[in-house]
Order: sequence, then C-alpha cells, then structure tokens
Amino acid sequence: MRLSKAWLVASRDFKIFRHQKNILYSIIVFPIIISVLFPLIIEFAGQRSVGLFAALPNLLDSFSFFFVIGAAYIPLGVASYSIVGEKVEKSLEPLLATPLTDGEILLGKAISALLPTLAAMYAGATVFMVGMDAVTVGKLGYNYFPNWTFGVLLLVLVPAAAVMSVLYSVIVSSRVNDVRAANSYGIFILLPLLAIYLASEIKVISLDINGLLIIAGILYAIDIALYFVGTAAFQREEILTKWK
Amino acid sequence: MIDTENLTKKFGDLTAVDSLTLHVDDGQVFGFLGPNGAGKTTTVRMLCCLISKTSGTAKIGNYEIGNKEDSLKIRKIIGFVPDNVGLTENLTAYDNLDFYAKIFDCTETQRKENIKHFLEMLGLWDKRNVLAGTFSKGMKQKLAIARALVHEPEILFMDEPTANLDPESAKTVREFILELKKQKKTIFLNTHNLDEAQRICDKIAILNTKLRAIGTPEELERSICGKSTVITLEQVNDAVLNALKKLSLRNLTVDGNKVTFDVVDPDKENSPVVEAIVLAGGHVRVINVVGSTLEDTYLKLVRESA
Repeated sequence: MRLSKAWLVASRDFKIFRHQKNILYSIIVFPIIISVLFPLIIEFAGQRSVGLFAALPNLLDSFSFFFVIGAAYIPLGVASYSIVGEKVEKSLEPLLATPLTDGEILLGKAISALLPTLAAMYAGATVFMVGMDAVTVGKLGYNYFPNWTFGVLLLVLVPAAAVMSVLYSVIVSSRVNDVRAANSYGIFILLPLLAIYLASEIKVISLDINGLLIIAGILYAIDIALYFVGTAAFQREEILTKWK
Repeated sequence: MIDTENLTKKFGDLTAVDSLTLHVDDGQVFGFLGPNGAGKTTTVRMLCCLISKTSGTAKIGNYEIGNKEDSLKIRKIIGFVPDNVGLTENLTAYDNLDFYAKIFDCTETQRKENIKHFLEMLGLWDKRNVLAGTFSKGMKQKLAIARALVHEPEILFMDEPTANLDPESAKTVREFILELKKQKKTIFLNTHNLDEAQRICDKIAILNTKLRAIGTPEELERSICGKSTVITLEQVNDAVLNALKKLSLRNLTVDGNKVTFDVVDPDKENSPVVEAIVLAGGHVRVINVVGSTLEDTYLKLVRESA
C-alpha cells in the first residue's frame, strides 16, 4: 500500500469537490448549524429559564454529541458522491486499469471523505467551544470548554463515527446506482447514534468519559467489521461485474 | 507481445470466453471482431488484469496474467480505452491527463510534454482548461485516448473506440490510430466496424465465445469464403453447360447468361474453363474474378457459430 498513491486519488477528489457545490454545502452546513445555533439556543433559553443553570453541564455534553452525529452524516454525501459519482460517470474502469491497488483506491476515497469531515467538525467544534463559553461563563463562573470529555469525544469518537460512515457508504455505493439512493440508505447509519443521543437524554446512558469510551469501543468494532465487508465489496472484479 | 493459450472465462454457468489461443506481435495492430456478447470486452478485461481468468494462460510481454505481482506490472505497461470513455467530468482535460500521468509516475517534465503532445495531436490543446463534462462525444473519446497514452504505454487496448461517434470524429480517431501504427505501437483493437478493422489492422481475430478465425485481413477473406469467377457469355446453351459440368467446378451456378463458380487460384483455374466453353461453341464476353469481403467472412463465421 503506497500512501502517496492513495493521496493522489484523494487529491483528485478534492479538485472534483471544488466544482460540486452540493458537496461543499454538505460539508460546511452541519458544523455551522451546531456551532452557531446551539450557543444561540443556550443564550436564548438562559434568558427565559432560571432552572437552566443546574442542567447546563448535561445539556452541553448532550449538544456535544451532535459532533459525533455530524461526523457520521457528512461522509455520507461525500463518499457516496465520490464512489457512486464515479460509477455514474463510469470512470472507475480506467482507474482500475492503472497500477493502483484496490486498497490504494479505497484508501484514497476514504481520505477524500474523512479529511473534509474531520476538518469541518474540528473547525466547528472550535467555534462551538468559543461560542458556548461566551454564553455560559457568566452562569457557570468558569469556561466549560475545553474539557476532557469533549476532548475524548472529538479525538476518539468523531473519527470512529466518520470511518464507520465512510465504510458504510462504500458498501451502500456498491449496491445502488445514484447518489440520492446512496444518501437515502446512508441515513440508516445515523439511527444508532441518534438512539445513543436519546438514551443519554432519558438518562439510560451517560455521555461522560467512560460512557464515551464504551461507545467508541463499539464503534471501532463496527468499523473493523465494516472494513472487511467494504474491502470485499471494493475489488476490481466485483466492481466491474457485480456492482449494479 | 500478447500470448494467450486456452484462455477461458466463465461467469457461473455462462462461458464468456472459451479456450482462446492467440498471439499478437510487437508493433502489430490486432483487430478483435465479434458480435455483442462474443466475449471481446471480457477478453480485454482479462488481459488488462481487471478480471480474473477461469483457466488457461495469458502473457503480456513477460508478465503472466493471474499472477498478483505481475498484474501491477502489466497495468503499468498498458494503456486502456474503455468502451464508455469514463472521463472525470468535473475535471479539466488537462487535469484528467495529469492525474493519470502522476499515477504512472511520469516525471513533471514528461507529464507536461506528453500532455501537450497528445492534446495537440488530437486537437484538444486549446480546450485543455475546459471541464471534460462539457465536451462532445468525439472530443471525450479523443481525450480518453490521450489519457491512455499519456504514460507512453507499450501496449494500447482500445474497446470500440469509434462506436457512437459521428463519421468525422470516427475518421479523426481512425487516423490517429493509423498514426500510432506508423510509430509501431502495439494496439489491441476491439471493434464491430469491419471496414475499420480491414483498413487499420495487421491481423484480425473473429471471436464468438470461441475463436472462429485468425489471420491477416487478406488471409481471412481468402481462406474462409474464397473467390468466385463470373463468366458472362453471349448465351449459355446445353453444350456449354455439359462442358462445364464435366469440369467438376465448385458451386457452379448459371443465372441467365452468367456462369459463376468458386476458385482458389483464378489465374490457373480460369484458363481450362474458358477453353472448354470455347470448344463447346460458346462466346465469352467478360470474365470477372470476385473476391469475398471481410464482411462475408465475418458473417459466415458468426452465423455458423450462432
């Protein structure tokens, strides 16, 4: 596996994305919503509800989990376009006839979906932390962010969710013929994460460091399983003879 | 350069290519003819190491298909033009070629020179910064050919390069292939177009799952359907007819005042026939030797194998 070749594939995809406004929007809209809207909600709700003060730490942790959901959401659009788009253009066949290995092509596709996702999520998280601290420091008396819980969420859980989404998109992309269908099926990968969020809201699970590490462990186990299914689906002969 | 022996590909119960044995020399333009579903694309995909073989052997240069290490080496020395061009539509013509040149480890100088060279040769240099998705079919096909050549491959595989092109674009592509032929590039050309194959190819194979015939265009025309002699007389009477029947001519037919029969070597075989006609009192007006075309050969073989 030559990383330079995988990077070549990813670089080409980045160039393509520059001409695809839909992909650019799908990358930047979600983090903007979380990082700007949520501090505004806290500010607005804080002016109306006196009881918000006690619930604030839990609320901020819950809001933070949206970065995990976002990390799973963004690659759905990017990876689906990156693979199904090539299928539609039929540009995979000449690419497969080059000295690139299947693994290098797949890794390139994964990088092109992962890097923008992580960059968008980390940039959004920075704005989120600054915004949240600005609106909560008066009530809490200290800056809530950065903290270890959010650090674990960003550095351990967000990449796990993003990788899971990319691998799932590869598998879905091998079975559908258009980007919309890939996105529609892709949404299913968000359901477990939404379930975790709801479970935390009704106090079934806790999104503290231990809780996040357990969730991360489960996601990485899923990543490994999806990796084997994804790499089996992304093989030259499969792509040329069995992909729809 | 390309050698296959009993190369076979099966998809489940379906045999797509059956025991294909052929040889393509270095610098040769090899035409691969066959109807839809004959196994042409499957053969090219096997030779380009895109799909596995079921049995048999095949070598590209000194590398063997099916061997994992050799597969990468084979893909390094070949260029491939698929039947559906497969350009990246959201990249410019230049970027499409630049990406492929980088994959093949061309140096920066080599990349720049080759991209310019092939885009100029194919009349696309002025459009180098235009997105490939905005190109016409003919321009896309030309760009796909340039993409396959940008790393200077030893062998070029082309799958139906002129299919679906307007006559003018098809002519440009054909002329370009002829230019490559002059440069002694080894080309494996899948095509439906018999006229194209006859004009461009040094050697032709006709495939319909199994190999039906192989040879130069002239050899195929001669060996499969042969030639016919058509003699036009003033009148074909019983005496002339009896004289001709005594000669045991192959596929003798009489239509009005025309007598037709198959010949292998017209120079030798026609003289005794004319002599017999004259001795029987016939008056010969015109003698024509009619050769079968590649189309006759192709249709005969394909119908026989259907």
